[in-house]
Amino acid sequence: MELFSIFLNPGFWFSLIRSSTPLIFAGMAALIASRSGITNMAIEGSMTLGALAAVVASWYFQNAWLGLLAAVLVGITIALFLAYFKLKMMADEILVAIALNLFATGASIFILFLLTGDKSNSSALNSLVLPTVSFAFLNNIPFIGQVINGQNILVYVAFISTFILNYFLFKTPMGLRIRSVGGNEHAAESVGVYVHKTKYIGLAISGMFAGLGGAFMSLGYMSLFTRGMVAGRGFIAIAAANVGGRSPIPTMFSAMLFGFFDNLGNNLQQFKVINEFVFMIPYIATIIMFAFSSYRRMTEKKRLNKKILASQKAE
Amino acid sequence: MSNNVVLEMKNITKIYPNGVIANKDANLSVRESEIHALLGENGAGKTTLMKILFGIEHYTSGEILLNGKPIKVTSPLEAIDLGIGMVHQHFMLDERLTVTENIILGMEPKKGLSLDYKKATEMVKEVSEKYNFKVDPNKLVMDLSVGKKQKVEILKALIRGAKILILDEPTAVLTPQETSELFEQLETLKKQGHSIVFISHKLNEVKEICDRATVMRLGVYQGTYNIEDVTVKDLSRLMIGRDVVRSIEKKTQNLGDVVLKVDNLKVINDEGKIVVNDVNFAVRQGQILGIAGVEGNGQRELIDCITGLETTFVGKVSLHGLEDKQEFSVKNLRLNGMNHIPEDRLVYGVSSEASIQDNIISNRYDQADLNKGIFQDRKAITTLSNELIKQYQVKTDSKDTLVRMLSGGNMQKVVAAREMSTDMKILIADQPTRGIDVGTAAFIHDKIVELRDKGVAVLLVSADINEVMDVSDSLIVMYEGKIAAYFDSIKDLSQETLGEYMLGIKKMSEEEIRGATV
Amino acid sequence: MTWFKKKPDAKRDVIKEISNIEKRFEVFRIGIALLISMVLIILVIALISDDPLGAIRELLLGPLQSLRRIGNVIELMIPLTFTGLAITMVFKTNRFNLAAEGAFYMATMVAVLVALNSPFPPVITIILGLLAGFIVGGLLGLIPALINLKFGANELVVSLMQNYIVAFFVQYLLNYVVRDPNSYAIQSYALPESVSLFRFIPGTRIHVGLILMAVVVVVAYIILYRTKWGYVLRVTGLNEKFAKYSGVKVAFVIIIAQVLGTAIAGLGGAVEMYGIYNTFKFAASPGYGWDGIIVATLAKLNPAFVPLAALFIAYIRVGADILNRSTNIPPEIVSIVQAIIILFIAAKAFMKAAKEKKIVEKSREVASEGAN
Repeated sequence: MELFSIFLNPGFWFSLIRSSTPLIFAGMAALIASRSGITNMAIEGSMTLGALAAVVASWYFQNAWLGLLAAVLVGITIALFLAYFKLKMMADEILVAIALNLFATGASIFILFLLTGDKSNSSALNSLVLPTVSFAFLNNIPFIGQVINGQNILVYVAFISTFILNYFLFKTPMGLRIRSVGGNEHAAESVGVYVHKTKYIGLAISGMFAGLGGAFMSLGYMSLFTRGMVAGRGFIAIAAANVGGRSPIPTMFSAMLFGFFDNLGNNLQQFKVINEFVFMIPYIATIIMFAFSSYRRMTEKKRLNKKILASQKAE
Repeated sequence: MSNNVVLEMKNITKIYPNGVIANKDANLSVRESEIHALLGENGAGKTTLMKILFGIEHYTSGEILLNGKPIKVTSPLEAIDLGIGMVHQHFMLDERLTVTENIILGMEPKKGLSLDYKKATEMVKEVSEKYNFKVDPNKLVMDLSVGKKQKVEILKALIRGAKILILDEPTAVLTPQETSELFEQLETLKKQGHSIVFISHKLNEVKEICDRATVMRLGVYQGTYNIEDVTVKDLSRLMIGRDVVRSIEKKTQNLGDVVLKVDNLKVINDEGKIVVNDVNFAVRQGQILGIAGVEGNGQRELIDCITGLETTFVGKVSLHGLEDKQEFSVKNLRLNGMNHIPEDRLVYGVSSEASIQDNIISNRYDQADLNKGIFQDRKAITTLSNELIKQYQVKTDSKDTLVRMLSGGNMQKVVAAREMSTDMKILIADQPTRGIDVGTAAFIHDKIVELRDKGVAVLLVSADINEVMDVSDSLIVMYEGKIAAYFDSIKDLSQETLGEYMLGIKKMSEEEIRGATV
Repeated sequence: MTWFKKKPDAKRDVIKEISNIEKRFEVFRIGIALLISMVLIILVIALISDDPLGAIRELLLGPLQSLRRIGNVIELMIPLTFTGLAITMVFKTNRFNLAAEGAFYMATMVAVLVALNSPFPPVITIILGLLAGFIVGGLLGLIPALINLKFGANELVVSLMQNYIVAFFVQYLLNYVVRDPNSYAIQSYALPESVSLFRFIPGTRIHVGLILMAVVVVVAYIILYRTKWGYVLRVTGLNEKFAKYSGVKVAFVIIIAQVLGTAIAGLGGAVEMYGIYNTFKFAASPGYGWDGIIVATLAKLNPAFVPLAALFIAYIRVGADILNRSTNIPPEIVSIVQAIIILFIAAKAFMKAAKEKKIVEKSREVASEGAN
């Protein structure tokens, strides 16, 4: 069948990895925040403003790396803002995140227009992109070489940072503390861990990843900022982290699964399929997988209780 | 036990900002290598005193000496540094972390950037071997039994160098086997020079393991005794002794049909422990059946099942012929004449952000007389609210005042006004006077008796021995999820005897308890 | 600050006075939020505009300068009130279901489909269209609510994903079903001329949707504060456990609130279509669902205040549009105001210390009076 031929094309897998990258960054942002005990629903907005900041800084300084830095700083700022309102102002974190997302949407267009006179994209700004990387030795490996070689540098950063985050979260003292303040802050407090400080650190890391995700959107995935370019990835990431059980490596794979659907949509456009339906695919897939993983978590305790009751009856 | 005093608390008085006196001139003196019991009923001020020692609460006046030197403890962190450790009733553990992670949290050994898990595990192993605690350091806490979790808590204190260990009702959550294991370990700790403060109200256990006991009642220090010199009965009298004798005049009982019947009820809690074990009883029209018992002996879970808040249980509960579990929704039970004063006032009893009026009508908002067509009958609701506010003496100038602005006693009056003013067959009164002033308590007691005289069945749950003895006609005592005693009439029952059943010193035979079901 | 007129009356009720302090602080907090956001907006304008004073005048007074502009404010207030009410209903039970955003968009399209296909006379067609918008809105509210109830998936994430799906579906309908091939622009066939809401103020586009809006506001208020269903909804929102203990079917109530709320957004979409437009040309959602969040938050989730809040938002929106036409300042500047308003209203601890100090002072004062 014609449809299956796309899976044989290394180009499909190449772009799968590419479209998974922002979801991996955002997924890491979602999981580290959740591990510190705060739901970061503002990733979407952080990525949007991050993407814009990246373009603006890379144009202004004519240096893509400073663009990346700007995006990361913006991401961290927004995440710390969320944490501050949650921890100090006792605000509902969801409502604050909604406000931050609305702000990001409006402010990004506002700033874009001020700089370019255009509200839809930043093509007027002569911004740079981050380099792609090729490894000569990979060229010798058929298919796989074509899939993983020559990607944008941030693609490799995304995959490597998954492992770094995994190490950080599970193998370092700070990682343990972050997990403990998100798991049971009384336990952390009872041994003298500073709960708020630790949560701020967790959220700052979350913001950093959101910023990286945003930077990739405009300095790698595309070479400019366009309105609405994040397209719900910040929320899909929350689903991805949920499906991945809030652990970096499984979340990386679930992000790739979401990336697969995203990419499938892009590739199906060449067939005579109605585009609008193709565009729906990643969002439908998100709802289904999110519902499924949430259901498993919701019934975890019930299943445990049933097991105990059953064993009691057997006695 | 040496005679070397390591810790002394002198004339500690603690007054909360709202005026409640938790401790009055309390004293405690702990020696090296001793297990020292801190005895008292619920609300006697034991836990507060220990929270002061551990730096969670701050005292109003008094003095604390450690090895003869005065100390100021302002936070748990300082207490830990001074060698004081505390194991709380509710474990402070992160279920999703391993034993090692929980224990070394905040004092992690490092190797480069990494947490040195190998060394951490060794540290945990070392300390658990030293004190003969058998826990697998690599297991997740959520996979441990309650007894093991407690060991992790104790290890947490020991690894931080605690010489004085406070255990807050450590056996409340344990099975008998786990309890005896814990006692062995406490003996080991004692031999190695540690001092243990053992908060409890289970006298048999205190007798078994403690060297000395300090008794408190209603926040007041009652004395310190060598365990060898006193009997369990003496201690019981010191703990419980009666203060105010207030007899409620009751008409002779006029018993009717059985309203509520509980058969072979069993409940398993989230931790997998059987908390209600084969409970049987019946309540009749015109009868006040009291359930006495120290808190945490299965009363809460029992009442949750009876009132429809919890539906996963084994056995049968029937209300007036209604017995199908499917029909046991709160709404259905209420429609069938069950009213309920809940134990937890702020969580279930009131909606604190809503007005007094909205709180009063929550169990009857859909009744025909409060609605006119599709609208609420505002006039009728206003009249009803004002009437009940007056009748139940709620201190407020308006029915629209938010409930959170009221004092505890007035909140409870709102609950009582709601739950005691509709037609009912049975009233479940769960700790109806806890934490409220004497006047309001007396008022609620009178109302309960009034209902009983009208032929309503009443199930009264209380940890307050005065309350159950004053108000009840018949009495059940619950101990560790089981019915430990049943008294058809409480006329000849003495406080001391009741106390002995409540504290697990005595237990009736199956035969004697069977009376509860008839 | 002398917010309190001291009564000579010796018998003072502490509870009542504390309640008053709390109420005043609540109003004060919203006032401060509005003030800070306006100051920020003015600062931004001052920074980027060549003629800051003129620009600020345009923004703040522009909407009052002609009947047509006043008309614009009222016209915009109508959809914002509908979505504001929608979000109010949904948020009342502490569920962050934002399906209202998609529902509004979808309903505009549904209204078009009904108008283009209805064999009935115009009045019946309009009623059918509004009803269809209402029902479709309700269904869209139901989906995230049900998924949350049955699977425990966060309703915010599900509703946002759903909004994307809905948007693509609407675009599909526009491109493949209702598109007028004779038009150069991407837009639907024109609606029959008679299928529109009567405009009753000449010189503006203010239509009878305004009256319908007022009716819906009143009905929503009455339902919430005058019927037993509203009572149940409020009680559930304030303390779910208390509601359950009182015998309320909590899960059902929560679902109904989300369905009904989102349905109102759908109704609003249909009203907007018939009231303002004669052809469908939204290539993207107008985003009134998002604005509904701000309106609802600003109105403190009370339907009675929703039109007022909507009027405020509509006013600064129109002001920003006017500003945009005469200067280079994009109207998205308003989003700054909106975000700040939500943030400060959500921040429960904001000015808490000042409030508590005032309460303690008051309690002491009353206590010492009692002692004398």
